[in-house]
Amino acid sequence: MRFGPYGGQFVPETLMPALEELQAAYAAARADAGFQAELDALLKTFAGRPTPLTPAHRMTADCGGATVVLKREDLCHTGAHKINNTLGQALLARRMGKRRIIAETGAGQHGVATATACALFGLQCEVYMGALDVERQALNVFRMRLLGATVRPVEAGSRTLKDAMNEAIRDWVTNVRDTYYLIGSVAGPHPYPTMVRDFQSVIGREARAQCLQLAGKPPDAVVACVGGGSNAMGIFTEFIPDPSVRLYAVEAAGEGLETGRHGASLARGKPGVLHGSMSYVLQDAHGQIAEAHSISAGLDYPGVGPELSDLKDRGRLQLRQATDAEALEAFEYLARQEGIIPALESAHAVSQARKIAREMGSNSVLLVNVSGRGDKDIHQVMRR
Amino acid sequence: MSDRIRHAFATRRPALVTYVMGGDPDLPESLELALACARGGADLIELGMPFSDPIADGPVIQRASERALKSGTTVAGCLELAAQLRRKLPSTPLALMGYLNPVLAMGMDPFLARCVEAGVDAVILPDLPVEEAGEFRALAAKRGVGLVFLIAPTSTPARVQAALDASTAFAYFVSVTGVTGARTALPEETAARLDSLRRPSGPPVVVGFGVSSAEQVRSLGAHADGVVVGSAIVSRIAEPGTGAEKAARVESFVRSLRSP
Repeated sequence: MRFGPYGGQFVPETLMPALEELQAAYAAARADAGFQAELDALLKTFAGRPTPLTPAHRMTADCGGATVVLKREDLCHTGAHKINNTLGQALLARRMGKRRIIAETGAGQHGVATATACALFGLQCEVYMGALDVERQALNVFRMRLLGATVRPVEAGSRTLKDAMNEAIRDWVTNVRDTYYLIGSVAGPHPYPTMVRDFQSVIGREARAQCLQLAGKPPDAVVACVGGGSNAMGIFTEFIPDPSVRLYAVEAAGEGLETGRHGASLARGKPGVLHGSMSYVLQDAHGQIAEAHSISAGLDYPGVGPELSDLKDRGRLQLRQATDAEALEAFEYLARQEGIIPALESAHAVSQARKIAREMGSNSVLLVNVSGRGDKDIHQVMRR
Repeated sequence: MSDRIRHAFATRRPALVTYVMGGDPDLPESLELALACARGGADLIELGMPFSDPIADGPVIQRASERALKSGTTVAGCLELAAQLRRKLPSTPLALMGYLNPVLAMGMDPFLARCVEAGVDAVILPDLPVEEAGEFRALAAKRGVGLVFLIAPTSTPARVQAALDASTAFAYFVSVTGVTGARTALPEETAARLDSLRRPSGPPVVVGFGVSSAEQVRSLGAHADGVVVGSAIVSRIAEPGTGAEKAARVESFVRSLRSP
């Protein structure tokens, strides 16, 4: 399965049979109305879906352009959109008879969402997390442990999400017969980018219907932050077929694109292979993967989902970036203007949404994905 | 298949295949270490090309990769190393082993062209399974560079056949479900799996991952055309010592792998 030239399955042979098995199991689950019904029920009764669409009145007035509406994934159980995917994949793992779940996590949101789904289904859970992220996201580490998961800090490389994913893949290579690898982004080898997108696309489906009800029309533009890209694909997918809806992908500019210390894979990467798929990757001239830099652990990743790479090449995405400083400013801005403390990841989207709203006419609607809440980041922001 | 590879597998059974990381701790020293392997009795030399994110490797080769990158080693540097080794060892087959992305950064065809110039007989890319290798196989066939595909304990019969068909130098059976690194015990079914892989019209089959002792070389070698020892050599390179001490250590270890 390819998205243009991107995607594929670039993994050691040991894992290829497992990917074949996963592909078949997912195809069967997808076609099974019972599976979908069970997932829908869980999303409603456990995860708190549908999440509301909130008109951002003061932000709209302040920007003086488009009407800004916020998709409130921060109100999902566990505090971010990640639970949409982990419930789906945990159901799939149970259906496949796998009792041990492993995951990688950056900000810890996917780790918490995985630990939560595992607790719900009584599955064993181990989460790999870069040692630097373990330090800066201490609250989420505690939450994972409270939920019964084992957190394994990864000391290799940049000690962030990329290294956590390497270690999770190595675990999977070693324990592939009884272990399900629950990837949290639209990255990794096929079928993960497709499967995670499918589980997350509930965000855009709800948002479109809610926008029609609230504003009487679909949004004119949609903004989401992009690290690996799961919340972005989650909200974009519904709107991709409609070329009149502009899709803004906001990447982490870290300390500034010109400093080289950023996480803007789409804007500054080159096509390459990382973690099992072909996509835009931050790398040096010799094909060594570069270290990404972002204040937000969830955007601190040198790769990006392959479908986003294809959307970029097809001219379907408007690429924007927000620096660490801009994200911090937006973090406080949304708190004061709207009474919503966004995750630092989502604050990147909010930061650029302020500018984009100003560029748009007053009769237009701008949909912003608030992919998670900022409780996990408060300690880090306080320390600065 | 190159004459050097054919000859290596025809003369000594099993062939002893040794792995060192190119550029670990730097390129000149890794040349001496590869030569030490040859003096110790290696029949085929695998040179690793370092990568920042080696997902198929255990800690020993991860650290070797880090040391090589720290000394500035690139794919181009490893090709130059292979060329130097070829001048010193005209008849020993050489294989390059690494990950796909650095090869893509150089370009598949420029990489293969330089393999030919350097006298490289075979290329092994563990993160390039047969399904994704169409273009690389076509280019390698045109250039006359042999390819090695991996077969795992988890491989289905159809996947085994595809890997054997695509392996133009030799096929590589991964003895353990896991990453590279020495193991004291290898799975019991390995011998039977190996016997099922060797077919009259098929490529030679080597076995590797986890092999670290003369006893393992002997027992696995009875069922394979070659046995690969990697991490056990690399861990001896990682231990402290001068270049000469490391080379002597590696040579005597490789020789010990052949001792009765």
